[in-house]
Amino acid sequence: MSENRASLVSLKGLTVSFDGVRVLHGVDLEVAAGEAVGLVGESGSGKSVTWLAALGLLPRKAQVSGSATLKGIELIGASPRVLDSVRGGRIAMISQDPASALNPVLRVGKQIGEALALHRGLSGQALRAEALRLLELVGIPDAPRRLDSYPHEFSGGQNQRVMIAMALAGQPELLVADEPTTALDVTIQAQILDLLREIRREMNMALVLISHDLGVISETCDRVGVMYAGRIVEQASAARLFETPQHPYTQGLLASLPPLDGPRRRMRSIPGVVPDPRHLPMGCAFAPRCDRPTSRCLQAQPMLSPLEAGHAVACFHPASAKPGMRAA
Amino acid sequence: MIGRTRIEPLVSAENLRRTYRSRKGLFGATTDVRAVDSVSFAVMPGETLGIVGESGSGKSTMGRLALGLETPDRGQVFYRGLPMPPPGTGEWRKLRQKMQMIYQDPLGALDRRLPVLTQIREPLDIHQPAAARANEEAAAKMLARVGLSPEQGARYPHELSGGQRQRVVLARALMTRPDFLVCDEPVSALDVSIQAQVVNLLADLQAEFGLAMLFISHDLRVVRQISNRVAVMYLGQFVEEGSADDLFAEPLHPYTRALVSAAPQARSAGKAERVVLAGEPPNPARRPAGCAFHPRCPVARPECRVTAPELRSVGPARRVACHAVEAEILSFGEVA
Repeated sequence: MSENRASLVSLKGLTVSFDGVRVLHGVDLEVAAGEAVGLVGESGSGKSVTWLAALGLLPRKAQVSGSATLKGIELIGASPRVLDSVRGGRIAMISQDPASALNPVLRVGKQIGEALALHRGLSGQALRAEALRLLELVGIPDAPRRLDSYPHEFSGGQNQRVMIAMALAGQPELLVADEPTTALDVTIQAQILDLLREIRREMNMALVLISHDLGVISETCDRVGVMYAGRIVEQASAARLFETPQHPYTQGLLASLPPLDGPRRRMRSIPGVVPDPRHLPMGCAFAPRCDRPTSRCLQAQPMLSPLEAGHAVACFHPASAKPGMRAA
Repeated sequence: MIGRTRIEPLVSAENLRRTYRSRKGLFGATTDVRAVDSVSFAVMPGETLGIVGESGSGKSTMGRLALGLETPDRGQVFYRGLPMPPPGTGEWRKLRQKMQMIYQDPLGALDRRLPVLTQIREPLDIHQPAAARANEEAAAKMLARVGLSPEQGARYPHELSGGQRQRVVLARALMTRPDFLVCDEPVSALDVSIQAQVVNLLADLQAEFGLAMLFISHDLRVVRQISNRVAVMYLGQFVEEGSADDLFAEPLHPYTRALVSAAPQARSAGKAERVVLAGEPPNPARRPAGCAFHPRCPVARPECRVTAPELRSVGPARRVACHAVEAEILSFGEVA
């Protein structure tokens, strides 16, 4: 996994409950310096909540337990002073909807400048020069003039670039990108993913990419965690996960993607719906939708355990997908 | 679909144009935005024509025009060879039983204050109010057909999941036994695993009811899965059209090529060479002269800036609007 590289962020047994309903059931995840980790899962699987919890960004009523450390510094329950030094500075986050994350009545140069003043103590000419450099870095054409533009004067893709520029202002060691391209057209999505890849290489920054799109994850990430009902159910290198997925949910997700070439077959879908966190089944949360459950799956919760080096799966019956699998 | 015995298209359109007037600022000058321009198409009975394109390409306007929800400024839509009556007239209303629309957001399409089964039978209650008993039976049958239990039928829309709601919308649309369905991004708001369920259901219902469909989506995979033929739209025009298999296996237009290569592949190895388009998504209010795609085109030629290419037939069931492709065909004699 990441034994050969220093761990940057380490999540251990992270749990989150809202009003007594547990939505995150103990997430363990390591992100090494400079590494790109993908988190994939459907809505409600807990992929965003994991990172909001780690960064202390959940509303007060959320109960968070477990541990999230950044190079040994504990973030869960940390003082606002500690969190402020981490958030935006060492760990930055961008979200799906850049238009609502930007302030509509401030020029973008000013907004990038705020981040630079806060995290790097820049001011005056140096601040403006650095804001300009960042805007150029993220590929905004005619950057000197565009520093004085407002968010509504940019397209959706350009606003996402501005968000990335702001996130980079604090020279973060980790960028958490939560569905950064979901609201964008595919040709613009390709541009933004390319940009993220380039920046990561250039700045040796780690990236956590949260997405429901397996394709986006596979093209961008070194390692992938698949989440279902508040747990990581499979974790492996991107190459391994897409070649030999072991968890029936991962296999189902991959099979649900119709191909762009080759013969067209009836799609294999996962039957049923994502369980309600208030009424989770007793055993494995995926058992009611699984095509190979046994009595054990209905009674006990399988833990994420290593199958071999760098590949862990939470399933009592991990198996490579067989073509004979039942079509739903 | 090119048969010896000539089949009449169920729905066809000739040279459609739809212009919206937009004003810049409160007192600014008005500009005309051509959402759809010079589009012709034909959908055979039981056939699916997929329409792909990015936001602002005019694909949703196309769907509304095809149903007669909007009147084209120029051109004409035909249903079974007859011109579409103007919207709001009795004749049009009668026709609407035969043509239905499925939107992206099922919650917005359903009435929040009525149990879903009541909503499913509503179209029948409107069209044949006397047959209450028969309507109820038909609705219950349709509910089961789309994979929902009677218990789910008694629920309100907010008590169902997104996929279940879309099943309700489908059931309601099919109550009047339409033969033409316009689906505008019907699965885009659904989770991946649920998308597959709804697409499979749609394919089954299409076969069972002999539906023709106009399937509009930005998702190439889903469009390929369900369509017989696919048209690619860019700034209100078709730039390429072909069979679903050929078009994605061998895209000819540089925009289609870029779209296909930009679609992320969930694969372990062999990340294909990607054509990343430069530039921003096009603004329909500021349509470039000549070929609308030329500012972003990697193979643009001088003439592309001046003359708009026409949609020309370049092979069996394949049409492309591109000067570069035309020149290539001239020099090689045929499509590679």
